[in-house]
This record gives sequence, C-alpha cells and structure tokens, in this order.
Amino acid sequence: MLGAAIIVFREVIEAGLIVGIVMAATRGVAGRGRWVSIGIIGGVLGAAVVAMFANVISDAFQGAGQELFNASVLSAAVIMLMWHNAWMARHGREIADEMRRVGTAVSEGARPLTALAVVVGLAVLREGSEVVLFLYGIMVSGTSVSSMLAGSALGIVAGAAFTALTYFGLLAIPNRHIFSVTSWLIALLAAGMAAQAVHFLNNAGWLVAFDRTVWDTSWLLSEGSVLGRFFHALIGYTERPTEMQLMVYAATLLAMFALTRLARPSPRPRLPAAAE
Amino acid sequence: MRTFLVLVSTVAAIVLAPASLRAQDVTITIKNHRFTPAEVKVPANKRVQITVVNDDPTPEEFESHEMKVEKVIPGKSKGVVRIGPLAPGRYPFFGEFNQATAKGVVIAE
Repeated sequence: MLGAAIIVFREVIEAGLIVGIVMAATRGVAGRGRWVSIGIIGGVLGAAVVAMFANVISDAFQGAGQELFNASVLSAAVIMLMWHNAWMARHGREIADEMRRVGTAVSEGARPLTALAVVVGLAVLREGSEVVLFLYGIMVSGTSVSSMLAGSALGIVAGAAFTALTYFGLLAIPNRHIFSVTSWLIALLAAGMAAQAVHFLNNAGWLVAFDRTVWDTSWLLSEGSVLGRFFHALIGYTERPTEMQLMVYAATLLAMFALTRLARPSPRPRLPAAAE
Repeated sequence: MRTFLVLVSTVAAIVLAPASLRAQDVTITIKNHRFTPAEVKVPANKRVQITVVNDDPTPEEFESHEMKVEKVIPGKSKGVVRIGPLAPGRYPFFGEFNQATAKGVVIAE
C-alpha cells in the first residue's frame, strides 16, 4: 500500500508543483480558478486517453513514439511558458499597479490564462497517464487491489496537499515581488522541461549528438528520491546531464531572458501613481 | 536572440543521426513481473537497442536512473529502449510498477 502511495505521489508532485506555481503566478487575476480547473480536468481526460492508446503511441515511429510524444508535450509547454513570461514582462507592471490600487482581484481580460491552462493540462496529462496505467495494472492483476488502490488514493491526496503547500508558500512572498519570483520559477521550469525533452529525443534516437554525460551527482541526490523528483520538476535537476542537455538548458534560459527583454515596454518617464 | 537562433540551427543540423549506427540488439522479456534475462551484457561505448517484451497483462515501466531511461511498456506488448553509449560497468534497471520483483542489470564491457 505504501509502495503504491509513493509511486503515485511521485507522479503527482511534478504536476502539482506546476499547478502551485501557476496559481501563484496568476494571483489576483479574475477567472484563474476556472482556467486552472479546465487545465486539470482536460489533463486528466487526456491522461486517460493517452493511457488507453499507450500501445499505439508506443509502437509509433519504430518504437520511439512514447519518447517523441513526451518530447512534443514538453516542447509545447516550454513555448507556452515563454509566451507567458514575455506577456508578463509587457503587462506585469500594470497588473501589479492595479493590484495595489484596487486590492486583490484584477479583471484583466487579455491575460494569457489559456497558455497557463495548457501548461497545467500538459503537465497533468504527462504525469497522469502513468498513474492511470499504474492503476490499470493494479486492477488487471487483481492482487491486493483494495489496499493498492487505497495507497494510490493516499498518494493523490498527499500530492494535492503538496500543491497547496507550494501555492501558500509562494503566497508568503510580498505582492511587489511575486511576479519576478514566479517569472524566474517559470523560466527555470521551462529550461528543465527543455532539457528533459532533449533526454527523450536522445532515448528516441533522434538527437544523439553531444550525448556524453558531463557529471554524476547521484551520490548527492538521487533522481528517484522524492526530493530529487521535486528538484527535477522545479529546476530540471538531472543526476547525469549530457552536454546537449546542459546546452539546451542554458539556451532556454537565455531565450527566456532575451524574450522578456524584448517584450518589456520601452522605458518612458512615469509619473508616480499618486499624481494621476 | 541571435545566439539562440544559431544554436537552434546548429542543433537542427546535427540532429539526424543514421539509425544504422545502432546495430546491437538485445531482448528482455517481462513475465510474472520479472525480467528474463535479468542480467544482460552489452558492448561498452556503443548505442544499444533493447527490445522489452511484456508478456504480462499489466503495464510496466522499464526504468533505470543509471542508464537514463524511463519507458512504459503496456501489457501484452513490447517497447524499444535505446541506451548508451555506456562506460564499462553495471547499470541496474527495474520495473517501477513492480519494484519488489522486477529487477535486473545491464553489464557494459
């Protein structure tokens, strides 16, 4: 039972971390609850569909379908996160100003909540499909089903609690810093996802250049441990990164930074808010 | 931004490695949540393709942190796992969904 709980928990925290960060990043934006819910529900449904077609996906592209599928999902999420950060760079200050003036809720209609909903959906889909397959395996095998299912439920609940913890932890950050903190978190999240996509492309045999392992920190923090998994999801921690992974990680951070710079509105003298 | 574009095009240029370089094939079968053979010898410093045949009705996840693979193999089906090039040594793997029994090791030499 505990084993099942741990397996499910490990899958759920990765998606949970992303949901927590997205919730914090959209703090004070009207309609975010709806969009995040849509993302989660869409992700769960998608996970079920992916699990159902696991055979088909696995067999596609000479057996590399699963890897290519994961790489595509991750790349899509990276693009969405880039878009979000660029958008925030352009409009973040207005939102922060408005938040300060009117209190909390901002009825900003044009926020790219859809982008973040997609990110949430993709995260849930990726991690969720493994949970669905695992649960399916329990049902099919028929041994100690109830205790295994109870364990899995426990894992999901613990994962949800962890999501809440992430969210409230981030909420402790003062209003005027929250956007820059979440922008950094999102940039690191995206870089980690891009490096992971590289890993999947390598496993698929599609991207084998610069595949030498640069270092091995498994003695320090195992990727299999819950803490390792946490940092894997948060900043893309990998025990044994390849040269290509490190390059893509750095390139993604750089691209994120450059995009944010480009998107930032040209500085013009601003009157203090009180003088309006 | 330009650096990024240059990097992307460089990456794109070297992406497509000929599949014919990977001739080494190994097959591992999962039955009753156990791997057969549980010990596999592969040549070191080469890319190796492992076909994992899952004879169980339940899905399994073939996983190894050491070899950096994580792959779901649905029940009654098979999956291809590409590993290496590995330095000589022992590389444990396991089935994540049945860790108590599903264990094995790849030996690169």
